[in-house]
Amino acid sequence: MTTTAPGPGRSPTRERPAPPRRRPLTLRRRESRAGLALVAPTLLVTIAVIGIPIVWTVVLAFQRVRLATLRKTGLFGEFTMDNIDRVLHTPGFAETLWVTLIYSIGGTVGSILLGLVAALVVRRPFRGRTLVRASMLLPYVAPVVAVTFVWQVMLDPQLGIVNAWGQRLLGWDAPVPFLTQESTALATVIVFEAWRYFPFAFLFLLARLQAVPGELEEAARVDGATPTQRFRHILLPQLLPVIALLGVLRFIMTFNKFDDVYLLTGGAAGTEVVSVRVYEFLTARTDIGAAAAQAVVLAVVLIVFVLIYLRFFGRRVS
Amino acid sequence: MDRDVVETVSLRWLRRLVIAVFLVITVFPFYYMLVLSVRPIERLLLDPGALVVGFGELTVATYAEVLKATDDGGQGFLTFIRNSGLVAVAATVLTLLVAIPGAYAVARLRFFGRRQVDFLFLAVYLFPSIVIAIPLFVVFTRAGLRGSLFGLVLVYISQTLPVSVYMLKNYFETIPVSLEESAAIDGAGRLGIIRRVSLPLAMPSIMAVALYDFMIAWNEFLFALLFLVDKPNRWTVSLGLSLLADGVEVPKTVLMAGSVVLTLPIVILFFASERLLTEGLTSGAEKG
Repeated sequence: MTTTAPGPGRSPTRERPAPPRRRPLTLRRRESRAGLALVAPTLLVTIAVIGIPIVWTVVLAFQRVRLATLRKTGLFGEFTMDNIDRVLHTPGFAETLWVTLIYSIGGTVGSILLGLVAALVVRRPFRGRTLVRASMLLPYVAPVVAVTFVWQVMLDPQLGIVNAWGQRLLGWDAPVPFLTQESTALATVIVFEAWRYFPFAFLFLLARLQAVPGELEEAARVDGATPTQRFRHILLPQLLPVIALLGVLRFIMTFNKFDDVYLLTGGAAGTEVVSVRVYEFLTARTDIGAAAAQAVVLAVVLIVFVLIYLRFFGRRVS
Repeated sequence: MDRDVVETVSLRWLRRLVIAVFLVITVFPFYYMLVLSVRPIERLLLDPGALVVGFGELTVATYAEVLKATDDGGQGFLTFIRNSGLVAVAATVLTLLVAIPGAYAVARLRFFGRRQVDFLFLAVYLFPSIVIAIPLFVVFTRAGLRGSLFGLVLVYISQTLPVSVYMLKNYFETIPVSLEESAAIDGAGRLGIIRRVSLPLAMPSIMAVALYDFMIAWNEFLFALLFLVDKPNRWTVSLGLSLLADGVEVPKTVLMAGSVVLTLPIVILFFASERLLTEGLTSGAEKG
């Protein structure tokens, strides 16, 4: 057959559209359907790779699970408070939490302050500004394993450049083992954190600074405000919402941080943060239940802190 | 002199000084990494404070050792580079495929539960990855996916997806609705509008997100450590490098060569697309 018979839709009698049985979808409802259809895959993947694991961690936290017995444990085995109990009473729990808190606050404040200074100095155009701005982002984009290694080597007591110069130029009596002695390790890790993440604050603050209308400052200048006064009374109020937002973002991210501390010190010398402890439970002790319980404690403490923060700064953040 | 003049002049000098200090603290560690990677270890031990590579002591033996296959007495980083590259590209492509429609829907379309979905994406973005790591560790152990690169790609999507949705959403919101409406009046359907209007306009931002995802996956360490540690031929560069440091006494100069190998692709990528990235990363910042 070479010619196709006209389909039923093409017959002249059906040319007129059949009266709709239902009212056609309104634009609004069509939009709603399209929205759901488009968001569904994203949502499903998010739930599968993030949502379910989070819920599962909570379940695991109340079960007796070890790596060796993993194959025998079902999703809903016996529930127990043992893990939570064990986590709360393992020596060093309170200290770990305290260290994590100091580390998070130190890292957050440090990175925002550095970022603020950096944003203020590269705000106005100068020759080579693009290059300077790009360089300032290097610590943030470079791989964590590589930058922690460089820091370790730089701070090494035997062959590190910091100790070599410190002894030669600053007259240090003996090399300082920055990352292995209790008195300096945590501070060093915090400095590292500020160094690695100031670019994040820098980017956000710079973007906000450039959105401040020039007339505002011009008017203040005409009124006789000096540069520091202009910063204090014009720029700072404009930046505060961003600073408050950065505060909460950086705090959350630092609080959860694992790589940096693990790679720099391995959690030794008084730098054990909660996530490193979770990792230890998970791998060294292969105690999955305890690891999950520790992770849940981490998440709960984090949520509490964020809620407290939002209570004080909520209006600024939103 | 009046205060304004004093401040203006001194701040001008202070500003130059501060810029110089920032340049030093950000660039120096990378310069130092590069210098160490081409110095022989004996020279480093003799003179740890040197900042330049002396004439005649330049060596590339460190790189040869890092890159050569383990069979030839090297550390096999070429395999690691291939692994990292594969995983990072796959994770980036899959993330974008899933993130773009979702981000568009959340940014543009009013549907039931939109605010909740929006909040969910932000919340999971901020959730500790170690919390997600435990059950994934359990599932992958049971499903035999531990030690497979495909499993790692799945995990990396959990790291890149939320931030991608967040960034893309912020960008889609900046595209004027009127553009889409005029396309609709010209008879384009929803998918046509997305394909012909929104996606082309969002291309710079999509590229920025792709680069950012690639960097996250390339730099990632925790999950590679958890999932691949028993399979040396599947290691990523980050993992291989960190385990190299734990192993038998490896000279620090070789470690630095490995660090350069790990860092260089990211730095090149970054400088090639710096403008795109800085603008992409902060596209939602003004809302503050």
